[in-house]
Amino acid sequence: MSGAREKRDPLARKRLRHVPPGARSRAMHALSARAAQGRLVMQACSDCDKVTYPPRDACPACWGELGWREQPAGAQVLCETTVRVSTDPYFRDHMPWRMGKVQMDAGPVALVHLHAALHPGDRAHVRAMVDRGGNAALFAIPEGAIDLMSDPQWREFVVPVAGRIALVSDARNAIGRAVVRELQTAGAELVVAGLPGPALASDAYDAVYALDRVQTIALDVTDPVSVAEAASRIGGPLDIVVNTARHVRTGGMSAGNALVEQRRALEVSAMGLSRLAATFAPILAGRPNGAFVDVLSSAALAGDAGNAGFAAAEAARLSLLQAFRHEMRGTGVRVLSVFTGPVDDSDHQHAPPPKVPPVRIAGAIAEALANGREETCVGDVAADAMMRWLADPSLYVREKNL
Amino acid sequence: MSTTPALLSDLAVAIAGGSIEIVDLTNVLSSDFPVIVLPSEFGQCEPFRIETVSRYDGNGPAWYWNNISMNEHTGTHFDAPAHWITGKDVPNGTVDAVAPRDFFHPAVVVDISAQAAEDEDFVVTRAFLEEWENANGPIPPRHWVLLRSDWSKKVGTVSYLNLREDGAHSPGPDAGAMRFLVHERDCVGLGVETVGTDAGQASHFDEPLPAHSILHGNGRFGLQCLTNLDQLPTFGAMIVAMPLKIKGGSGSPLRVAAMVPKA
Repeated sequence: MSGAREKRDPLARKRLRHVPPGARSRAMHALSARAAQGRLVMQACSDCDKVTYPPRDACPACWGELGWREQPAGAQVLCETTVRVSTDPYFRDHMPWRMGKVQMDAGPVALVHLHAALHPGDRAHVRAMVDRGGNAALFAIPEGAIDLMSDPQWREFVVPVAGRIALVSDARNAIGRAVVRELQTAGAELVVAGLPGPALASDAYDAVYALDRVQTIALDVTDPVSVAEAASRIGGPLDIVVNTARHVRTGGMSAGNALVEQRRALEVSAMGLSRLAATFAPILAGRPNGAFVDVLSSAALAGDAGNAGFAAAEAARLSLLQAFRHEMRGTGVRVLSVFTGPVDDSDHQHAPPPKVPPVRIAGAIAEALANGREETCVGDVAADAMMRWLADPSLYVREKNL
Repeated sequence: MSTTPALLSDLAVAIAGGSIEIVDLTNVLSSDFPVIVLPSEFGQCEPFRIETVSRYDGNGPAWYWNNISMNEHTGTHFDAPAHWITGKDVPNGTVDAVAPRDFFHPAVVVDISAQAAEDEDFVVTRAFLEEWENANGPIPPRHWVLLRSDWSKKVGTVSYLNLREDGAHSPGPDAGAMRFLVHERDCVGLGVETVGTDAGQASHFDEPLPAHSILHGNGRFGLQCLTNLDQLPTFGAMIVAMPLKIKGGSGSPLRVAAMVPKA
């Protein structure tokens, strides 16, 4: 496969990628779990209402009970420092590193990673990011429009697309086609568009596959031989894998010939993810900003009497994706999940609106990459499903099957 | 009876000596070999899949083996009468019940490669077959009728399934040709290089899917995805086709070989 190749001294020892130190308190993991959803939360005391940071097990003012609350992101930079020497292997590779203290509008003073353009006295916007080891870290960025990617420190927290090589596992379905377009527009050096069989004569004239910096490749996630051959054809560096493969079929458990479709859904959603992960994880792990993005249905969150096989397959996919994310923690490869409700495509002709346009899913993927966000919900159906499921999973199963 | 041992030993000598050549008519069974694609409202044919259990590694240090899965109609395969609704009540219509003597039948090869090259939707009609007989001699009874279309040379390209927005395009027979072959020429079955015994557009024929319908309704067999038919003589080849003994199976991937006397 022609296209981008990293230029480096072939005799130089391959650079080992480190991740930031990982040990955190249980309270800090609770912050990380919310930061993974793109939420800026801090603990507030249920007794005295004081907001506290960093996370603690009790209110430092009154020993009262703490609860998580969304907080305003505004802040003022108090002071800055530049770290030039560190004993930590990860930070040693990324010196110098700017940090600062900010006065949060929410109340606390917080130690934050500081964007290159910020200085003491500046107004700032604080984002709860997930570092390459998977833990929450506050990052202060300037207010207003600014090119964040120009700051190498910021790039450590996100997944740049420009100049990178990406694979879209199923570029034949509507989501995959939109993702190919999105990544190409975002400046990817090469987008490899996976096409499951059978090949069509019209593929040669397809407007998406014919785009500049897009190459097609035969790829069927249900076929280990096909996945291995695709990997060998891609051959060189690969930065981002977007798994858009899915098998959407309606049907319950008791009637009809549902087993063939259930098995197929599991083969695509669950086993397909496993095959992609096993094959491409080592390649992604060697890259400075490797990421694996999986598009999955919010049907993964609860059993669905009307779509039993599909929901089960997506649930298995979610479980495997969570396992894969934690397996990859030590490598710095980000595993991002993008949840969607029914999509406005030929697979969901039976579903009433609202449906998510594929182009919106593609946009959400680009946005998740640009923010390094682990969990994203596209559209009202997925966002509502996630909210209800987080609040009360057993109630949500009932509501979903009303 | 006394001639039989001589016959078999003569055959063994002929095969060993090369005066009877064995031609493999089977395509390689691989995960990327195309399978028939039905309209999406129907269940689909699973392609061949292979997953390694061990290969002289931790999962089996001294041995190599794979798990495989597929549809009964994946790759070079055999269609039993029970494959079609017309053949559902045919006695011994499933692959496990195919009489062993039916594993061996002579073949007549009808070359339609020129017509198929000209017209990808070429339809073999009774008139075409009668004209063919005038030129080549009658189709003998109890023979496999093999349609040499050279379609196997398209394997590995999009032109093999040849799917377009209006469906698949590949040659095949019409109902008149099938009735002629089954009722007037008593064929054993029809063997083709394409993915199905019927033409790509055969679901739109006045009598849809006539090869499946007429062959199987009359207890005849189908062989699909054959290759190397261009290495067979018009008359005189002996086909060996032994489907797997799948209990109640409608068909089976298989190895098909031809014994061909060398001139």
